[in-house]
Amino acid sequence: MNLFQSLTNAMDTILDSDPTAGKDRVFNTPLSEQGIVGFGIGMAAAGATAIAEIQFADYIFPAFDQLVNEGAKFRYRSGNLFNCGSLTVRTPCGAVGHGAHYHSQSVESFFAHVPGLKVVIPRGPIQAKGLFLSSVRDKNPVIFLEPKILYRQAVEEVPVRDYEIPLSEAEILEEGSDVTVVGWGTQVHVLRDVCKMAKDQLGVSCELIDLQTILPWDEDTIIKSVMKTGRLLIAHEAPITGGFAAEISSTVQEHCFLALEAPIQRVCGWDTPFPHIFEPFYLPDKWRCFEAMKKLTSY
Amino acid sequence: MSRLSQERKMAASTWLVRAAFLRSRGKLSHLRTLPNAFKALRLSSSSSDAGAGRHQDKPRYPGISNSYFTEKLEFDDPDDGEAIPVYRVMDRNGKVFDEAHDPKLSKETLQDMYKKMTLLNTMDRILYESQRQGRISFYMTNYGEEGTHFGSAAGLLPEDVVLGQYREAGVLLWRGFTLDQCMNQCYANQFDLGKGRQMPVHYGSKDLNFVTISSTLATQMPQASGYGYALKRAGTGNCVICYFGEGAASEGDAHAAFNFAATLDAPVIFFCRNNGYAISTPTSDQYRGDGIAGRGRGYGMKAIRVDGNDVFAVYNVTKAAREIAVNQSKPVMVEAMTYRIGHHSTSDDSSVYRSLKEVNYWDKEDHPIGRLRQYMESKNWWDNELEEEWKRDARQQVMAAFAKAEKALKPPVKDMFTDVYDTLPSRLEKQYHECVDHIAKYPHEYPTELYAQDK
Repeated sequence: MNLFQSLTNAMDTILDSDPTAGKDRVFNTPLSEQGIVGFGIGMAAAGATAIAEIQFADYIFPAFDQLVNEGAKFRYRSGNLFNCGSLTVRTPCGAVGHGAHYHSQSVESFFAHVPGLKVVIPRGPIQAKGLFLSSVRDKNPVIFLEPKILYRQAVEEVPVRDYEIPLSEAEILEEGSDVTVVGWGTQVHVLRDVCKMAKDQLGVSCELIDLQTILPWDEDTIIKSVMKTGRLLIAHEAPITGGFAAEISSTVQEHCFLALEAPIQRVCGWDTPFPHIFEPFYLPDKWRCFEAMKKLTSY
Repeated sequence: MSRLSQERKMAASTWLVRAAFLRSRGKLSHLRTLPNAFKALRLSSSSSDAGAGRHQDKPRYPGISNSYFTEKLEFDDPDDGEAIPVYRVMDRNGKVFDEAHDPKLSKETLQDMYKKMTLLNTMDRILYESQRQGRISFYMTNYGEEGTHFGSAAGLLPEDVVLGQYREAGVLLWRGFTLDQCMNQCYANQFDLGKGRQMPVHYGSKDLNFVTISSTLATQMPQASGYGYALKRAGTGNCVICYFGEGAASEGDAHAAFNFAATLDAPVIFFCRNNGYAISTPTSDQYRGDGIAGRGRGYGMKAIRVDGNDVFAVYNVTKAAREIAVNQSKPVMVEAMTYRIGHHSTSDDSSVYRSLKEVNYWDKEDHPIGRLRQYMESKNWWDNELEEEWKRDARQQVMAAFAKAEKALKPPVKDMFTDVYDTLPSRLEKQYHECVDHIAKYPHEYPTELYAQDK
């Protein structure tokens, strides 16, 4: 299964568990993101499992109020009398090669600033299904970001059975001793190449970590890794200023100050809107990450 | 444009007759359709002595101005009464019903209009194909909606400001946007007025008073209200036309736009292209009630529904709406009924959600270009010979612009960093240098040869 088939399969798993599922369970709505999310919060508050879909993440902002002020605070503000924990918002995100301003953005850091929300992003088909089933069953509202360039990119042996991958746990993809490399979504694949380049060309051993859940994030795994390697490279597509790499960077600096062998490197999108024809120069591609790797290891 | 303004004067008398006709018709149809209690109010407000007595005790709540008390428990039922009619001038074969409504545009104007409509068609075909061949990244055709573009554009002054959605290329062509300018934008080359930053079809032109398109939906609508309000305060005598689709009308921004324009008396024409689909969502999943025009009353806004495939009807309606907007400083709602014959975009396959039979009907039986052509043929203003000649010419023009735009270099890399702000902040300037230094270090990994040099 590729990533979109894996998510469809996960949706089927959810729907199969609901004997009432029919046309009134899976439906078109009027075109309004604030409506879609607000409606989802309402359904979830009434106890239903609500899976809302926003096409694309670039268009989620009309629902920002519903997510930030309503969904995220529903439990807290009512003293836990009410909650909308059975809401999951699916939304395709990230660069796709030709998406320009409004079909490319990575929105995770906007929502990473909102206590009460969970933010999840898979790197491939197997993770997509496991993380999605966990997100839907989690007792908190989850924003499930789907890197759309990956929908059809790779096919994996996705188990047909029901399985979950726990939220808020990063996954160590490659163990290494010299540099900790952190990314999520599409960027994990870029970083995998960079780790190989570092090994082949620089003789550097990298520990590659997929964060998987942006909020609440798994700081222990990252800190433990950096305590071992003493070097950290973080990369994401979103603009560098205020991006989630900044949060990781400052947390690691607080906890690993004496273990650090070089300044933490962040390789991210520039501080501009996501540009159409300049995409090749905008992205934190493997050459930019490799250059940062060189800086880290030659400090 | 002087030709047009002359015609505007000529058509003005026709226009007054028509407006009076519409007014009386509107009132009658309301009397016919409203519940009895409501009729009483309408009558009492039109003749001062009728209906006095039981309605003397007027409600004094600040939230209503024109209501009355009743002892009947009766819901206002949207199923009572008729829908707003679709105004048209000609039938599906281009035959005018009532000469008084023929805007009597000159042979030259109509030939120009017809040529631009078909030029848009040709450009759509070639750019759609070029996307299929991977030469541009994306495209949206305008098939079937040409009547709404050209009819409305011709009914405005060039100084009236356009805030569009994204499928209004015809409006720009009418205003004088060139094929080269379209192609440069779609190819995101160094001559693109938008500096290559947006996807194809995101046109904009300061000279032509057409605010640059954004992919986001309905966001231009409240901006149109604000833009119109500022124009009114500046006293320019112009209005704003805001194009949007029936799907966009579901967005929260649409509500804000209507309510702000109505409350603040902004001279805005809200021009809805109701083409039946919001990508794949049919209107039946989009709204209930009497379409988009039916909402006008709720906002306290004049509203009209028009046959969008009848370019004359759209022209008449837009001109009349403009009069209301500018002279009465009021927003107007226009719902143009049309049909999106093409897919939503090159990212869409509409055969999944609608039948070829349905599409074919609009393509063959009720096409705005076909209707105009039949009208012109009936006047001997167009024939097969002219058609063949123009077809060749149009294709040549499009291909020439296409080839030129494809060959041009992309904008310089520096254009990625400029215009984020009016000036380049120092942090961003450092990022620019970091970017070009990096490219210089890895020259073979970046397609720099396709881009113009930084100045």
